[in-house]
Amino acid sequence: MDVGVIFPILNTTIAFATPLLLACIAGLYSERSGVFDIGLEGKMLVGAMCAGAVAFYTGSAWLGALAAIAGSLVFALIHGVTSITFRGNQLIAGVALNFLASGMTVLVAQYLFGQGGRTPPLEGAARFNPITLPFADALKEVPVIGAFYHDVISGQRILVYAAFAIVALTWWVLYRTRFGLRLRAVGENPAAVDTAGVSVKGLRFSAVMITGVLCGLAGAYMATALQAGFGKEMTAGRGYIALAALIFAKWRPIQAMYACLLFGFFQALALRPDVVESVVQFKVPVPFLDALPYILTVLVLAGFVGKAIPPRAGGEPYVKER
Amino acid sequence: MDRLPRWADLALVPFVSLALAAVLSALVIIAIGQNPWEAITVMVEGSLMNAYGWGYTLYYATSFIFTGLAVTVAFHAGLFNIGGEGQAQLGGLGVALACLYIPWPHWSLALIGAAVGAAVFGAAWAAIPAYLQAKRGSHIVITTIMFNYIAGSLMIFMLVDILRPPGKMDPATASFPPEMHLPSFNEIPGLNAIFDTGVPANVTFFIALIMAVVVWALLWRTRLGYQIRAFGKSEPAARYAGINPVRIVMIAMLISGGLAGLMAINNVMGEAERLLGNSASGAGFIGIAVALMGRNHPLGVVLAAILFGFLFQGGAELGLWTKIPIELRTVVQGLVILFTGALDMMVRMLLVRIFALFRSNRMEAV
Repeated sequence: MDVGVIFPILNTTIAFATPLLLACIAGLYSERSGVFDIGLEGKMLVGAMCAGAVAFYTGSAWLGALAAIAGSLVFALIHGVTSITFRGNQLIAGVALNFLASGMTVLVAQYLFGQGGRTPPLEGAARFNPITLPFADALKEVPVIGAFYHDVISGQRILVYAAFAIVALTWWVLYRTRFGLRLRAVGENPAAVDTAGVSVKGLRFSAVMITGVLCGLAGAYMATALQAGFGKEMTAGRGYIALAALIFAKWRPIQAMYACLLFGFFQALALRPDVVESVVQFKVPVPFLDALPYILTVLVLAGFVGKAIPPRAGGEPYVKER
Repeated sequence: MDRLPRWADLALVPFVSLALAAVLSALVIIAIGQNPWEAITVMVEGSLMNAYGWGYTLYYATSFIFTGLAVTVAFHAGLFNIGGEGQAQLGGLGVALACLYIPWPHWSLALIGAAVGAAVFGAAWAAIPAYLQAKRGSHIVITTIMFNYIAGSLMIFMLVDILRPPGKMDPATASFPPEMHLPSFNEIPGLNAIFDTGVPANVTFFIALIMAVVVWALLWRTRLGYQIRAFGKSEPAARYAGINPVRIVMIAMLISGGLAGLMAINNVMGEAERLLGNSASGAGFIGIAVALMGRNHPLGVVLAAILFGFLFQGGAELGLWTKIPIELRTVVQGLVILFTGALDMMVRMLLVRIFALFRSNRMEAV
């Protein structure tokens, strides 16, 4: 086992962890405000389709990302109106939006391009391309650290670095700003926030909208960075893995990053069963690696690895008049 | 908020929700440059205007009755079981094992054995989320989602590495022995006068109907059903009345998982006659829409299941004969869940206002 094998896997780990991370942080905002969101998957999918289509028409990955955010925001708005304004069941709304996204993306892509629900392959500036960080080539020969910098950290796409910056930003917003304090409060005890004269609906709507923006970015990353175009059901359950990571991290941003890196690592390993076999000395079925994030999350939920306690007011619509 | 008359609550609310979903679907069809009227014509002709179409509509409806009842039972206990898909896949495994490894002398015995296998495997897959909800307080929605994915991986593993016959490429079990063939509608005396070509609808349709009656009797005519409903309405009240919450959560989820698993006797034993990958093909999720539309009543579930059977068969016809992709089904499914499940309150508020308008008009007239 040498670095020649490990570093490419770690590189893939970061590439795979990024969409999970964006979606996971997205979910964190919504759920911390007391709105459960199992519709991360759907919003990512919509984002991916919008990004793929607009990036193809304009040749710009950036415009694609903007479109992804816009598309995902529409779905976030529906989720907000349903579960905040009309006090509907947040979980059912999430399920509904996932189906809506799954169907609509194929319908629209088929209408626009007629390629069986795909968008045409993207190339050049229509994709986010790998960036070589400063000094990466110069440090390449430095053993371990330099090579790690060159092979793993450098050469990712801009959205990867953005995702990790967003983690830091989220930590700061959540724990060091007035908005963050109120956001956490509204997810635990909305009545107290209301008494303090702050709008519960306003806070929850802003949280749900932030969720929309970040899910859009996650979708854009899928269609214009990780892959070259949108394909039917291309998110393949990543929205749910992100949800699992969020629970695994007990709704905290830094821990969410570790959880997503871990789950991204499993996904990267699933591509290299030969490496896994050589390490553990027996054949590990690939489906087992695919299922590991879910199994670990169930173990966390079962309370074997610490207890995962969701925001107390999560899932319950707030009724002002009492 | 004023209350609606009972008939409006039972019939009008779902009808308006459905109408809203239909109107939006029509707008979607217009938006992609197609003709909604043509679409509905193709759907009706392909699924309701001949015996062949009905054979498919009722075949899909059979699966949806099982999964719809599964969601219904859990709903009455205040639990949202999204795990029907995984439970139905595991049910398929139960059916496959029962059919492949036990030499049944006759299809009727095989059906009983396979049904037991399906229900036990489905219930077992619901048992762990149920236990975690009951004992550890982990949210059933999250655990059942996780179990859907774990089920997917487990089934891939079972089909690729364990059950696939040697030398075969596709991930599926061997075909079941011919003695296990369940009579289709075209092979049942009497019914074959109507169904003159081979259709997938089979005897399990009647089992589904029986199960609907059983679920109704269980929920509204037994002590256990009363306890389940009481627990679903108010957990503290039920607890105060001496109802054991752990017991109710476990029993309700085991019944729910068992019903979802039972679906496999229709699609795995009745149609494919071997276990294929992704055998439930979304029927577990459609159960959510069916239960919501059917207002969590077995009669409503049966009607909603037939409606979704029509949507499924009609949608397939759309994919064949028009330029509208088959995925329109998923859009309609999402809209139905959205309006009947999540925007219930909006529809109600709307209707309450309309009723109030009528009432005040009548007052003025007097």
